[in-house]
Amino acid sequence: MGKKKISRRKFLVRGGLGTIGMLALGTYVLRNPIRRKLLDFVNSADLPYQGSGMEPMVWFEVSKDNTIILHSPKVEMGQGTFTSLAQMAADELEVNMNQIEVVHAATTTGSIDALSTGGSTSVSSLWQPLRELAATMREMIKNEAAKKLGAEANSLHLKDGVISSGDKQLTYAEAVADITEWEVPDTPPLKEIKHYKYVGKPIPRIDLNAKVFGDPIFGIDAEMPNMLYGAVVRPTRIGSKFVSADTVAAENMPGVVKIVKEDDFVGVVASSYIEANNAKEAIEVTWEVEKDWQTSDIEAMMKVGNGNPMTIQKEGDEVGEGENVITAEFTSPIGAHAQMEPNGVLASVEGHKATIKISTQVVGMTRKEVATRLGLDEEDVNVIPTYLGGGFGRRLHTPHAVQAAVMSKAVRKPVKYYFTLKEEFQHDMFRPPTHHVLKATLKENGMIHAIEHHFSSGDVAIDSPLLPSVAHTIMGADIGAIRGGFCQYRAIPNIRSVSWHVTLPFATSWWRSLGLLANTFAWESFMDELALKAGKDPVTFRIAQAQDDKAGKRLKAVMEAAAEKAGYTDEVVNGRAMGFAASTDAGTPCAQVAEVSIEDGQIKVHKVTCAMDPGVAVNPDQVRAQCEGAIIMGMSAAMHEQMFVENGELRPVIYGPYDMALMKHAPKEIDVVLLQGIEKPGPVGEPPLGPIGAAVANAVFRLTGKRLRNMPLNLA
Amino acid sequence: MKISFTINGTQRSVDIADENTPLLWVIRDMLDLKGTKFGCGKAACGACTIHVDGQAIRSCSYAVKFAQGKQITTIEGLGSEDDPHPVQQAWIEEIVPQCGYCQPGFMMATAALLEQVPDPTDEDIDKNIVNVCRCATYYRMRKAIHRAAELKGRSSNTINS
Repeated sequence: MGKKKISRRKFLVRGGLGTIGMLALGTYVLRNPIRRKLLDFVNSADLPYQGSGMEPMVWFEVSKDNTIILHSPKVEMGQGTFTSLAQMAADELEVNMNQIEVVHAATTTGSIDALSTGGSTSVSSLWQPLRELAATMREMIKNEAAKKLGAEANSLHLKDGVISSGDKQLTYAEAVADITEWEVPDTPPLKEIKHYKYVGKPIPRIDLNAKVFGDPIFGIDAEMPNMLYGAVVRPTRIGSKFVSADTVAAENMPGVVKIVKEDDFVGVVASSYIEANNAKEAIEVTWEVEKDWQTSDIEAMMKVGNGNPMTIQKEGDEVGEGENVITAEFTSPIGAHAQMEPNGVLASVEGHKATIKISTQVVGMTRKEVATRLGLDEEDVNVIPTYLGGGFGRRLHTPHAVQAAVMSKAVRKPVKYYFTLKEEFQHDMFRPPTHHVLKATLKENGMIHAIEHHFSSGDVAIDSPLLPSVAHTIMGADIGAIRGGFCQYRAIPNIRSVSWHVTLPFATSWWRSLGLLANTFAWESFMDELALKAGKDPVTFRIAQAQDDKAGKRLKAVMEAAAEKAGYTDEVVNGRAMGFAASTDAGTPCAQVAEVSIEDGQIKVHKVTCAMDPGVAVNPDQVRAQCEGAIIMGMSAAMHEQMFVENGELRPVIYGPYDMALMKHAPKEIDVVLLQGIEKPGPVGEPPLGPIGAAVANAVFRLTGKRLRNMPLNLA
Repeated sequence: MKISFTINGTQRSVDIADENTPLLWVIRDMLDLKGTKFGCGKAACGACTIHVDGQAIRSCSYAVKFAQGKQITTIEGLGSEDDPHPVQQAWIEEIVPQCGYCQPGFMMATAALLEQVPDPTDEDIDKNIVNVCRCATYYRMRKAIHRAAELKGRSSNTINS
């Protein structure tokens, strides 16, 4: 390692808890219209990077073999961030792509993202700072080379990690081999996008081989010497309060090392995973439950009109009452994350230091929670993130890190522990169910005169440890639930969008794309109904009602592109119909056309055409991969998935009964068209989840005359 | 008790108290082969798929006692970077993985399918590849399965000729 760090002085501090918190405090005394503008801004998700450690040498490490190691503050959960970051860095560093290695930054050595990896912002938020850091690092290396070569820095030629001056050459590693103190110059100007060699190219994922040959890269694969296995007792019923635990039988089970009893959990440490879980099953716990919740209770709570309303969008007048008012209601069910790698963690506590290896989307929060519980300094807790076997928002909560650390401290050995599938399903932080009421009136020319969306949702951002607890009260609405809740057709003169907030008796939270999936299902199904009512083609009907500003033009462009590429028609051809829908999420517009038939009474999706404008696609292949995956995951949620509440328990607790889209359900054709309406990368991972539910439902209407208004879509 | 088998071409023996321990835990925690994944523990997701005597099985629900004397292959034994199995080669060409967690199970299931059905139709794929991928990489997987069949056919033709 040819690196010597200077102090960890943060000379480019970008704020503590982040923009959301600061904005919220700043608006405390302001009135509703300002609140709405702020919600609109937060909803656009164009948030800057919030991390610590903005010195280039904290991000980049030059190895002796001339590999440049990039310590990423964002985690890799499949979204391809590591590859995009490597492309951006390689271009500014003047090195070859294969010279870059990306690793997760550990909290004691690297930069830490203060918020999370999520919200589709990893590449967009790092676009500017990472390229600046890489360019600055390049200048630092060049300046060192100039000293060694006795040449002017400006006269040096850099290519593929080699610095040349006349016939003299140095590798980057040689140039920086004996550096004891870095001199950090002013940030140099960045290259023009058109001059990049890697940015904008479909480079294969840099983690491809590791994932094809089965390398041990995930949290669940982590090991330490003398490691033991833990398990934690969890209740099966909603609202269970711990009363007492009889652990006598468990204590005598084979392999058991210790039963760890705390005020808020009972855990077992044993010498194997099986033994730990067998002993856990032998613990007799008495729980107190006040009520046996049922799905019908949840549905009754989850109605527009219950809880607190907040108007998030207000233009002109309300829809009002009258015979000419068109109304429709929609619902979506409770959804599970069902990520493939169970939540888990490996913790080692020795004296006043702790090491945590974990699949987490909240590195900083995991560290803070462990430090707080164990009474350690945060600097003494090293959280080493691993590759995530799926994130989707599930890993924004990591209380299991605290439990593993407590167990490790109790047995003085490293403890690894992960959830069983039943625990995953019953203790998920679910996608909340929703209820939507839409109302509209049409003008004589068939265009929309007034439109209103009232939607009720369980918590997403509210009470989340990710946000300051005051944020939602000050903002007035749940910034997660409102994603996709806005009317995107802003040429309509009269618009209302009203968010109703209900807290459910079980935890609901962030699920990939947050409110977007259900809100767009409701909005875009209703738009289809209105277009048919007005006797208009659903594509031109939508385009006519998008506004003429930048956002509206980008939305129109993706709608036109999707319709054109798909050859959109209202006609049913050979038993197949097309359905059209569009959404704008986090500033990224996306339109999709689903080609659907009914086979054996089931909805069959043959082809999906997707046009999206993510701005600069740093890696177009991975943007396409995100679209393909989001479309099928969205189909899964819109057409298959549903959690029920039966006698106080959340069910089902296993794949299969928790019905998900499989290979046989996936469309055989997915055609992705990428537009570039802005000169920087925008969010990618979540926006393409928006339109698919409505696109399928709208096609089903053309085939059957039946309007499916409830997710999961069901023809029966 | 002592149980012996061949895994990825190497003869191995394990001493295990409970012969009903799922083979998955023996492979992951005793033999330290981490490419085989734990997903559900109920044979419902396929993340733990391996080959036993050439058949795809879900190792989370296969007691280690049944492995006595058997030939076991895991993702680590399917192929290597220098000599990838056609399925792995196809997975690389189509850039299939996203998070990657379920992919070893899918590749093992596909490799077993191609032994039975060298050139599977879409219907064969739908019927036989029933693992779960939450990133929903199914679209590229289908392309990769067809591509793997092509690569495998080509390599066996070369051997035959």
